[in-house]
Amino acid sequence: MTDFIQLCVSGMATGSIYALAALGFTLLWQASGTINFAQGEFVMLPAFVMLALLEHGAGLGTSFVACLIIVTLVLGLGFKKGIVDPLFKFGMMPIVVATIGLSIAMRNGVRAGYSAEAFPFPSLFGDSIFRLAGVSVTLVDIGTLALAGLIVFAVQSFITRTVTGRAMQAVAQNTESATVLGINVPRMIFYTFAINAVLACAAALLVTPTYLAKFDMGESLGTKAFFAAIIGGFNNSRGALLGGVLVGVAENLAAVYISPAYKDAVALVIFMIVILFKPQGLLGKPVERKV
Amino acid sequence: MKKWHWLAMAVALMALVAIPPFLKNYGVYLFTTWLVFILATMGLNLTVGYAGQKSLGHAAFFGIGAYTVAILMKAGFSWWFGLPAAAALCFVLGLILGFPALRVQTIYLAFATLGFNTAAWLVMRNEEKLTGGTFGINNIARPSLFGFSFDGNLAFYYFTLAVTLIFAVLLWLLLRSPWGKAFKALRDNPIRAESLGIDIRGYTLLSFAIGAVYAGIAGVLYASLVQFIEPGPFAVSSSIMMYLMVVVGGPGYFFGPVLGAAVGMILPEWLRFAQGWYLFVFGTAVILLMIWLPDGLLSIPDRLKARREARAASAARTASAEKLGGAT
Repeated sequence: MTDFIQLCVSGMATGSIYALAALGFTLLWQASGTINFAQGEFVMLPAFVMLALLEHGAGLGTSFVACLIIVTLVLGLGFKKGIVDPLFKFGMMPIVVATIGLSIAMRNGVRAGYSAEAFPFPSLFGDSIFRLAGVSVTLVDIGTLALAGLIVFAVQSFITRTVTGRAMQAVAQNTESATVLGINVPRMIFYTFAINAVLACAAALLVTPTYLAKFDMGESLGTKAFFAAIIGGFNNSRGALLGGVLVGVAENLAAVYISPAYKDAVALVIFMIVILFKPQGLLGKPVERKV
Repeated sequence: MKKWHWLAMAVALMALVAIPPFLKNYGVYLFTTWLVFILATMGLNLTVGYAGQKSLGHAAFFGIGAYTVAILMKAGFSWWFGLPAAAALCFVLGLILGFPALRVQTIYLAFATLGFNTAAWLVMRNEEKLTGGTFGINNIARPSLFGFSFDGNLAFYYFTLAVTLIFAVLLWLLLRSPWGKAFKALRDNPIRAESLGIDIRGYTLLSFAIGAVYAGIAGVLYASLVQFIEPGPFAVSSSIMMYLMVVVGGPGYFFGPVLGAAVGMILPEWLRFAQGWYLFVFGTAVILLMIWLPDGLLSIPDRLKARREARAASAARTASAEKLGGAT
């Protein structure tokens, strides 16, 4: 039983990181119809930016803030202006392929330009362990879960409570009416891209201490984030958190109680069940088919 | 088809027949791989480009074809039994994979097929008794026909060329038949197609199944080409690469896969001079290509035609305006 609880807690911590990547992914899809196949690389790049800054003697806090600025410019503004804007009117396929190209370029650019090795990364939380009623829980797990949960709820309340957030929602639901109502649509879409970049940065900060900084660390993270997003519900921000945590916990349990070799299939099985019975996701609203 | 189309095809075919004997072994291998991927992406082009579905699981069928023939040949069956068996298995699995497409579309379908690929890959990697796991299966023999063996690299190249041509012609006939029209109707407007009496359920499933058969046959050829298979080449990343090939070549253009597979297979080889950076250069090239030609390489002629027509129309407008101006 204690094993079970421990597995659940560490699964929730991993899952909350999936949720951060998944949330950015759903926001991009809603605001601009972009499926970002480079989402995993969007987490990998900030990890290396921070690592490079750390090597030059900056503290973890300073390098995180500097990284936020750099990444928002490059992966927010640059990505939007350079790839999404020119391809937006041509539908889904060209954007998908361009982001595939982007992920190949980013992954191999880091490998060739920085290093192919895995690097350790300092953790925010240290490595102390709690013992609660026989269950040992690491501070890293608790801290990751708390911080990621906090970020998801902050983004959620930004979107639902503030005027800017509601304008972003309006753009996501109906771009034309939003324009008529005087909302600056391009700016709202840019905010979405900026939030995605910030989320990726936060995910990098939380995931890299456990996964190590490596050029291909985004590969599995990206796929898990996609599945988490769809399981939770594509048009709901809380769905991403639910989906992420569900995938994280189920993976941990399956690795121990079923078979470690099939661990990667768990997200898939949940995804298939959800698609079959509730295609809009656990917390999503159904979308009508349009002629 | 205009006259110069036939001429261009004849020249291309002659080049495909005449060039390889002058190449080294690696060149012949590269040409054969190119043909194998043309065959596989032709199937994906049917599913994605013509029928308008999303599929990121094509490499699974590629792998299932390869493993089917390898396992059957290990069990003592002939290559010529393995080929139809692989095709049949892929057809059935393709039909099954088509079912999610009846319920979900776009991004959901993309990830459902991607998930199928992951599952297939996990089976290939973990079921050691059947597939050899990460050790794979080696010593896969090449076929022979009427006592003539295709063991040599060049002989196997010509064999692959023949198979690819046969299936290309079959696809061409299929696309010209009412079925082909139904696939396109499915892509352009499924609800209208349904109201015109097209069984969209059936055609959706068929587009997946026939696409899967092409991938399966390509997989059989691939297994014989490399003679050693392991799960690596059949992972999700290969599916994504095949999707990239179709879109870069031009989805919904018959010859799109020929160019797309060249970009995906041969371009990285040309870029070897960039050493460690070659995949970075490749990724960047794909992004730039998409921004320049979002409808793929084969949209260039259409684009030139549109430009010519626009110019002709504007010339006609000026001419008629001048005439009017002269009259008053």
